[in-house]
Amino acid sequence: MSFPWAKHYAPKQPLMRWLDEKLPVPRLVYNAVGAGYPVPRNLNYFWNFGVLAGAALSIQIITGIVLAMHYAANGGVAFGSIESIMRDVNAGWFLRYAHANGASMFLLVVYIHIGRGLYYGSYKAPREMVWLLGVVIFLLMMATAFMGYVLPWGQMSFWGAQVITGFFSAIPVVGETIRIWLLGGFAPDNAALNRFFSLHYLLPFVTAGVIILHIWALHIPGSGNPTGVDVKGEQDTVPFHPYYTAKDAVGLGVFLLVFALLLFFSPNLLGHPDNYVEANPLSTPAHIVPEWYFLPFYAILKSFTADFILPAKLWGVLAMFGSILLLFFLPWLDSSPIRSANFRPAYRKFLAILLLDLFVLGYVGGAEPRPWVILMGQIASAYYFAHFLIILPIVARTERPRPLPNSITEAVLAKHAGLGPHKSAMAS
Amino acid sequence: MASVDNMVPPGESAEPFHDHEPDPRRRDFINIAAVAFAGVGAVAIVLPLINQMNPSADVLAQSTTELDLSKIAPGQAIKASFRKQPLFVRNLTPQEIAAANAVSLSELRDPQSLAERTKEGKNNWLITLGVCTHLGCVPLGAGEGENRGPFGGYFCPCHGSAYDTAARIRQGPAPKNLTVPEYVFTSDTTVTVG
Repeated sequence: MSFPWAKHYAPKQPLMRWLDEKLPVPRLVYNAVGAGYPVPRNLNYFWNFGVLAGAALSIQIITGIVLAMHYAANGGVAFGSIESIMRDVNAGWFLRYAHANGASMFLLVVYIHIGRGLYYGSYKAPREMVWLLGVVIFLLMMATAFMGYVLPWGQMSFWGAQVITGFFSAIPVVGETIRIWLLGGFAPDNAALNRFFSLHYLLPFVTAGVIILHIWALHIPGSGNPTGVDVKGEQDTVPFHPYYTAKDAVGLGVFLLVFALLLFFSPNLLGHPDNYVEANPLSTPAHIVPEWYFLPFYAILKSFTADFILPAKLWGVLAMFGSILLLFFLPWLDSSPIRSANFRPAYRKFLAILLLDLFVLGYVGGAEPRPWVILMGQIASAYYFAHFLIILPIVARTERPRPLPNSITEAVLAKHAGLGPHKSAMAS
Repeated sequence: MASVDNMVPPGESAEPFHDHEPDPRRRDFINIAAVAFAGVGAVAIVLPLINQMNPSADVLAQSTTELDLSKIAPGQAIKASFRKQPLFVRNLTPQEIAAANAVSLSELRDPQSLAERTKEGKNNWLITLGVCTHLGCVPLGAGEGENRGPFGGYFCPCHGSAYDTAARIRQGPAPKNLTVPEYVFTSDTTVTVG
């Protein structure tokens, strides 16, 4: 699709040739993820995670559709229907645990995928649109994950819904009206549960649609690579199939092993015991925590404890949404023309600090609000914003990058110094 | 018209007659009118789609709650349910009333006196929603032996908001005092909320 030396689809089989004339779907697949898509030859295993995210979404859609055949979205019976899936439905426990842990696996691979993008500068020109669509996918995933967590109608489900819809009541004047409109009542109840189920079923397909746009936007400039240097000629690329289909299959195997460990040996590791207690609108669990993948954002929300011009609550909600919306501006906040952090010594260090900062935020998000925890959360939240709004623009202007290789091929050959490409392939 | 972008010289324009036509043309007017009318129709269809999300009639119907206060001893509190939300009813002790009145309004985030938050002559009956004004958790403090927080009123375990004995916000992220719903004393020991 992207380079003139891309292989052309030429079916030999008469049936395939007939199909190609009428409805060229095999041609589309060939050009998108087949031999017709030339990809830089030097991709490392971090480039597996896009495909892994796609696999995780497929697992979620398949298990989700099956679970919907046994689940009832009614406040009176929802909790019971989940228990019946766990106890009575054939292989129901497997499907539900796969869906619940599949969500964690999906978020995990997407976080690594985003991290790959931050490290290797995947958000920079000419791939800004790929990044922007990626942030949209991330937002859709978060909405879907939240609404899915409400469906079992346990204590954490209910109070999670209460807290998250409570964000909207922070909006001045119309906030409370919007909250009641979203819930269809004064507190989460049947109306809310039903609409969450409807949207939880819908959004994954919307996500799949945006993923198609994400891949489309990627295929116009073509994939990036660990050096961040542009593809200069045919010697810099290999066809996606069989080279990266094989490499992705290795990654998929590892992904499925980790998934299986979680699913079969510790299916409740990432869940919360309070969600095995049925929703009770009159009793808040002693300690409400979201799922692990929302903890850093929850920590930012909790960090605002004093009014400053606006109420503390509104600041918290603005900062939490802002921390994600900020990512939309990343391609323009980082003006450095060097993509890969391998050649940006200062950026690389600050990125490592940001990663640490996110782990601190994750800890704070799950911890009880003691004074030193709140202070730590405030410092870590401030650093998160400082990284993107202050450090990144300054580093991009002042940093002296290391010399870039002249081409992908040169970088690959330098790694295997003294060996030609064919010999190195045999040696490894 | 010829320009830098369009190198057709003047007088040889491909569409010479357009200069004499009124702008918008009659045909444009019909187009605009038709699309605008369809737009009005689309908006009319969107309205019920938005409105269906609002609380339905059966949800709105559960709007009042009757309470019997005779069993609540001073210092004690109960949790009731009002519009499917928790309702705190608390019989304040004289010390708690004094503590609430000792606070000067200027140091409050949401300045209100205890008298404004209770009924005249019934200052000991503090009736509020049990919904933290931060993000809607149920604060602790209404049940026996629950943590009442540093100000002796209610304490929200979710994000650490602390309320005083008049259920006013004193510390933490919540912006407002616990909401006092509309209610009337129908007798000395019964109230109707809502």
